[in-house]
Amino acid sequence: MSDELVVDPRTSAPISFEPSFLDRSGWVMPLLLGGALLLAMLLSLCLGAYPLPFLKAAQIVGHLALPWVLPENPPWTVEELIVVQVIRLPRVLLATFAGLALGLAGAALQGMMRNPLVGPDLVGVSSGAAFGGVLAMLVGWTFFGMVGMAFAMGLLAMACTFGLSHLVRGGVQTMALILAGVFVGAFFTALVGIVQYVADNVQLPGIVYWLLGSFVGADKGKVALIAVPVFLSGSILMLLRWRLNVLSLSDLDAQSLGVNVRRLRWLIIALVSLLIAGQVAVSGIVGWIGLVVPHVARMLVGPDHRRVLPASALVGALFSLGLDNIARSVAQQEIPVGILSALFGTPMIAVLFWKTQGKGWNRE
Amino acid sequence: MSDWAIQLQDVTFAYGTGKSHGPWVLQGLDARVTKGQVFTILGPNGRGKTTLLHLLLRTVQPTSGTIQVHGRIGFVPQLFQVSFPYTVLDMVLMGRARHVGLFSLPSRQDEAAAWAALERMGIADLAARPFDQLSGGQRQLVIFARALATQAEILVLDEPTSALDLKNQGTILEWMARLSHDTGLTVICTSHHPHHALAVADEVLLLFGPGETIQGPAGQVLSEPHLERLYGTALRKVAFEHEGRTVQTLVPVYAGVPERQPRHERHDGLLTQ
Repeated sequence: MSDELVVDPRTSAPISFEPSFLDRSGWVMPLLLGGALLLAMLLSLCLGAYPLPFLKAAQIVGHLALPWVLPENPPWTVEELIVVQVIRLPRVLLATFAGLALGLAGAALQGMMRNPLVGPDLVGVSSGAAFGGVLAMLVGWTFFGMVGMAFAMGLLAMACTFGLSHLVRGGVQTMALILAGVFVGAFFTALVGIVQYVADNVQLPGIVYWLLGSFVGADKGKVALIAVPVFLSGSILMLLRWRLNVLSLSDLDAQSLGVNVRRLRWLIIALVSLLIAGQVAVSGIVGWIGLVVPHVARMLVGPDHRRVLPASALVGALFSLGLDNIARSVAQQEIPVGILSALFGTPMIAVLFWKTQGKGWNRE
Repeated sequence: MSDWAIQLQDVTFAYGTGKSHGPWVLQGLDARVTKGQVFTILGPNGRGKTTLLHLLLRTVQPTSGTIQVHGRIGFVPQLFQVSFPYTVLDMVLMGRARHVGLFSLPSRQDEAAAWAALERMGIADLAARPFDQLSGGQRQLVIFARALATQAEILVLDEPTSALDLKNQGTILEWMARLSHDTGLTVICTSHHPHHALAVADEVLLLFGPGETIQGPAGQVLSEPHLERLYGTALRKVAFEHEGRTVQTLVPVYAGVPERQPRHERHDGLLTQ
């Protein structure tokens, strides 16, 4: 056999034919990230104008999770309980779920579109969902009506992007996809503008603030509103995560391996649209997280989507939670988290672009 | 049990549907691939080689005619880039997609099958390497292993030696012959190199154009007149002895290239006109 087929000892990693269970299942990093997320959630509960020690926050969360094990003399005051239960916990959960949704959606989109340069806001789904959201606000729909409208419009926007990119000869191509996303995003942003134009003076400030992206006004209802799509879409996407590896090859290749490419792609488009609809409905447009976070996940766990999807979801939640903590603590007035995510996300993606260019990121 | 792996009867194909279809790519094509043989499809660009592979893979349907396939097909596409730097083992594992449920992950059995395919191709030591860091020849062998992991009985290869250097071209041809002769796999490939077909193919199909094809044993079909007609350029079949065996190969003449003037050696060792 040819010499070139002999492995180069400098670059080859030692191989064990029987890897340990933990290595094989790849759960070490997701477990670590999960632990970090729980810790970050508890720490976020302590943050704010009303000081709260970490231990007390943890005790209150324990009590809220298992209300029937109430200690005889609870070590917390009623004020502290209210601060956690009514104000901070819904907000922390909202930021966490939104981050999970964006991380999952970004990783699934990048895998499905074979392109590490796409994110929910770049393929038009966020703008579509935003249009659905403002339309729902205009006609006075709330809760699941709003999610439904955001979902329908997000799905429509993604279908437009994909349809446009298919018009290019030779199937879906990176550049065509990004350009199609820009066109579709701009179109739906214009539709959002029309809604703002026709909205009355009472509705307009709410719409404008909502569009900037924020977790302000978190409550149980909003948490439920995003939790349902995250659990529903998230669990199905997690089951499909190995298929994403196969789908990330070419259409012909994936088809020849027995994958129904068209069906699987539409299923993933629908699941991603639902995730983004939930996120947009509760917190407006929070850009860049869905694009940046999967890259961080791949740096931590490698390119296999079996590991990328859980890691990306957890990193997304950590990122979103961190941004929200900054948003509500650095200034007297809250900064909309959508502004912060762009402020932090764009330099991050620029650094990643610089570091990974030419190393298998995109050589088309 | 029949001795053929694939049979095409009166297959006609054009892109587009209905009356507005494009020009015929294939017309009235009859062909039969015998089990366990290496079968090569030759023809200039645009004569339907790739279309024929797509028909075999059932990614397009014939306009008319029948295609019967006995056995599972494993596909080896042309050398390609991956969007994400998967490891070699991950790549080969993807060959198990048909055996893994839509909502499932590959099992230990699937991993064992992937390892077995890697070992069969002699590249188990590459398992942990990123696919995109391999040489073209190594990548092609990994895709061979992936096709084996599908438990295919028929390998369909799309120009497997294109974009490879000479040495790796030889390695791929060697593996094609080995997989067919030693393990009874049917190997079907398209190629732009008639000398590769002469070296490894049992049977050859020449695609001159819609409705014009010749199929037969490589030694007979790959004649100078046939190939000159096929490619529109002259080729010569030459035979010589090499290490005790007779080697036959095909050489293009390149008659259009002007003859070079003889050069003379100067006293200082340099060449002059």
